[in-house]
Amino acid sequence: MSAMPQVGTDLKPISYLEEVSRATPGNSRLEMCIQCGTCGGSCPSSQDMDHTPRQLFAMIRANMREAVLASNTPWYCVSCYYCTVRCPQEIHITDIMYTLKSMAVAAGQYKETVGADLSRTFVGYVDNYGRSYELGLATRLYLRHSPLNILSKATMGLGLLTRDRLDFTPQKINNLEQLQSILNRAEQIEEATA
Amino acid sequence: MNKYLFYPGCSMPRSARPYYDSLMAIKDDIQIDLDEIDDWNCCGATEYWSVHQLKAHALVGRNLALAQQKANGSNTLVAGCSACYLNLAKTANYMRDDPQLNRQITEALAAGGLSYTAGSLEIRHLLDIIYNDVGLETIRSRVVRPLTGLRVAPYYGCMIVRPDPDNRYGNPEYPTALDKLMEVLGATVIDFPQKTHCCSGHMTQISPDVAYELLHRLISGADRYEADMMVTLCPMCQLNLDAYQGDMNTYYNTDYYMPVLYFTQLMGLAFGHDAKELGIGREFVDARFALAKIGVEVPAEDSPAQPKPRRRKKEQGLPMPRMGEEEQ
Repeated sequence: MSAMPQVGTDLKPISYLEEVSRATPGNSRLEMCIQCGTCGGSCPSSQDMDHTPRQLFAMIRANMREAVLASNTPWYCVSCYYCTVRCPQEIHITDIMYTLKSMAVAAGQYKETVGADLSRTFVGYVDNYGRSYELGLATRLYLRHSPLNILSKATMGLGLLTRDRLDFTPQKINNLEQLQSILNRAEQIEEATA
Repeated sequence: MNKYLFYPGCSMPRSARPYYDSLMAIKDDIQIDLDEIDDWNCCGATEYWSVHQLKAHALVGRNLALAQQKANGSNTLVAGCSACYLNLAKTANYMRDDPQLNRQITEALAAGGLSYTAGSLEIRHLLDIIYNDVGLETIRSRVVRPLTGLRVAPYYGCMIVRPDPDNRYGNPEYPTALDKLMEVLGATVIDFPQKTHCCSGHMTQISPDVAYELLHRLISGADRYEADMMVTLCPMCQLNLDAYQGDMNTYYNTDYYMPVLYFTQLMGLAFGHDAKELGIGREFVDARFALAKIGVEVPAEDSPAQPKPRRRKKEQGLPMPRMGEEEQ
């Protein structure tokens, strides 16, 4: 038997598995995966994913960084937490999907552009107003990704407006400066620990 | 009078306005005092968490700090939206259980002159306080117009019951609080198999085909059990099921007609409130026909949704074998 790689030494660069695990707040338990497939079997959108969560976790272990970042799987996660509550190893699968999305956005390596744009636009509105803004979010998304469908989507927007369920302008919180100071500091901490 | 700190979230004052209005209408009936926290910000939904995780925790942390500051004698923070509830609970629990994350979020909050003492607030969903604190007996005693004859599919969706970090609902796949609440109001509650399936969340924006598939499972499921309506407790679920039902029908060439109301609206009706006061009539799939069945009238001018007769599309081509329940 060949020599086992040494565990816990700083000489070895950290594996992709460790990287993902460390980037997930709390204890993700990702390394506990036994490849049983309960996650994919419980997932309502797995048939449209490039890889089931189980496959993705095997790829993470195999250091297939680029393929993982390019997979549409995290973006097709609907955050229903079925996999998380059914996982026999109690892995925080949904949280890991959030980590993989944020890593893909940071690296600029994602193929699922609608999901990433939706998230980034959403963040932009929250950073600048403190609250989400549905009309602006939807308009920007449709203009960029499906301009041909804008008319049918506009009908829905109009439907929401006539039912008094949509605002024309974003709502801004009073102490936006305070929120931005908090977020900026959090970003610095995030970068320092990455 | 039970006192609570209240976090409405971005949806309640807007796309889920009927949820907010109906809650305000019934809160005195059930003796709950909801003290809205000042200048709250977005909880991050699912989208913020997909870009920055620590920043998302800090975003939620500000809400927790503002709630703690309010100190109105209550340490229970209530949210009506399942995503808001889960995000608030997630950050509160991580701050309580993970010292490193607690330090980081505390440091970020300090940059805005705020602080939150880990473990000081209890985060709960509106359904939880109505079911557990107000209690079914009090609710039963307020019912003046029982919803007798109304077949209701109780729909919980995901984030209220999963991951359920404080184990408040007993079973992440088969909760019963909403079922029991609807029974107390006099409704006929169907044992809805899809009660905790996903409404498709953000997939209506990312990949409509996936969203229509998930919506179809829910709506066809409720229809198969001959529900008059679905009842929800989350703004995202209501919006997806209601506003996208037409698109889903077009996609599948079906003609399902399943109104989706908030549980607070049905409580209000049973307590004798006026339909308009409860925001009924602002849904896309008009609930008037279902409510007429139990003698509730919604004035037509208050309801922009157009009535649509229920009919199945003509079969094209040769007859094919079908599941028994679908043939009607």
